[in-house]
Amino acid sequence: MRRRPSNLPRPSEITPRERYLNRREIMAGLAGAGLAFVAPGASAGQRLTYRKNARYSTSEEANSLKDITTYNNFYEFGTGKADPAERSGAFKPKPWSVTIAGEAEVKGTFTLEDILKPHALEERIYRLRCVEAWSMVIPWIGFPLGDLIRRFKPTSRARYVAFKTVLRPGEMPGQRFPVLDWPYVEGLRMDEAMHPLALMAVGLYGEVLPNQNGAPLRLVVPWKYGFKSIKSIVEIRFTERMPPTSWNISAPREYGFYANVNPAVDHPRWSQAEERRIGGGIFSPKQPTQMFNGYADDVATLYSGMDLRKFF
Amino acid sequence: MKPGKPLLFVACALPLFWIMARTFGLGGLTLGADPIKELIHALGLWGLRLLLATLFISPLAVTLRKPRLMLVRRMLGLYAFTYLGLHFLAWLVLDQSLRLPAILADIVKRPYITVGFAALMLLLPLAITSTRGWMRRLGNRWHRLHKLIYPAAILGCVHFWWQVKADWREPLVYATVLAGLLAWRWRRARTRRSVPATATARA
Repeated sequence: MRRRPSNLPRPSEITPRERYLNRREIMAGLAGAGLAFVAPGASAGQRLTYRKNARYSTSEEANSLKDITTYNNFYEFGTGKADPAERSGAFKPKPWSVTIAGEAEVKGTFTLEDILKPHALEERIYRLRCVEAWSMVIPWIGFPLGDLIRRFKPTSRARYVAFKTVLRPGEMPGQRFPVLDWPYVEGLRMDEAMHPLALMAVGLYGEVLPNQNGAPLRLVVPWKYGFKSIKSIVEIRFTERMPPTSWNISAPREYGFYANVNPAVDHPRWSQAEERRIGGGIFSPKQPTQMFNGYADDVATLYSGMDLRKFF
Repeated sequence: MKPGKPLLFVACALPLFWIMARTFGLGGLTLGADPIKELIHALGLWGLRLLLATLFISPLAVTLRKPRLMLVRRMLGLYAFTYLGLHFLAWLVLDQSLRLPAILADIVKRPYITVGFAALMLLLPLAITSTRGWMRRLGNRWHRLHKLIYPAAILGCVHFWWQVKADWREPLVYATVLAGLLAWRWRRARTRRSVPATATARA
């Protein structure tokens, strides 16, 4: 695993022997995989190599690429739905690196290529339910977040995973005004993060992610409201305590840490019982919202015994 | 002033034509990925703009000493009511699919809908009594009745503000304009009250 050039001591100088060996195993794993599923320096729109994952894909019709790439909530580029597509042209998703920190054995700053190298990409067609009561169906290309996390060997103290979006007001005009407390931060409980449905996405519709959809690396947690699926990730930190999350900081009464899609628990200002499927046109009626966005069979056990009105 | 009124009449209809063109996809125009939301939003936004424009007329007429400007106030007000009525109808039919129980529940339960609905209900009698006949019949009470435009405009701004998730800059612009218009009236009412008082003192 290549570190970013820095004045850090060599790993062998600071790392206990067994951890050092772990890291060597990981490195061997990388070499063994030997396949670059995402070509280094891939650009938005470039084709990706992947397999289709039918087990975790809905049979519902996916939204058009145009809808998915022009109707976005990505406040770093502006609060209008068209802003991310119109104002993300100057954003540079490469070169990119991700810092792994906190309660884990393997830590450091890794290039995106090193982050992606051992993971085979798959397509998963997921429902996306926004907290604003609209929804889409999106064919993501990515790999399970759990597979990524395992490589860094989180310790027994790691109970949560915290994510951070890049802070670049020069390239992200929305960050020049404190609509939210930048940089955007999100988090998952460890068992949520390890759930096979939690996806790290690098593409959609078979191609490298466009800037407005969270290039080059974003989270997709389909059973939670969309704002949990943090974009343009630069840091993954394992923590013992529940990490702060941006919308919860902004309006704690309205947005909780869990933010599971739940038709029975309304947003304080609007109903969450129904949703408008994007792409339906002017006369399309709303459709009922499903518990955990239709993924209840897979994820409901994560929350057994919890009062979901309290932990919204 | 002569060609002014017909011109203004056409100008006020232009946003509606624009919205309709987007709704029906004329000339490649579109309402975007979430057309129902955008249609409702565009109608509401233009309704609020015209409502504030209505309130802008009397300060303008007084400041510029052009009392004839007051002749366009009713037209602007009726246009505002038209846009806001269509805003409400689009919500009723397209968003709520005319499901009455859900509509009533939303009006009661959702504060932003409650205040929006209240604002429209305050404007309804103003639209009805906007004719010359009603002005004559109501006499002095007509002026008192039509002061309802102030609470309606305030509720309209609140209705906009309460729907925003975090970026309150746009509703703030409208609220600031309204605050300015109300402040102008408040100051004028105060100075007017004090003028006759000093006049009697002098006499």
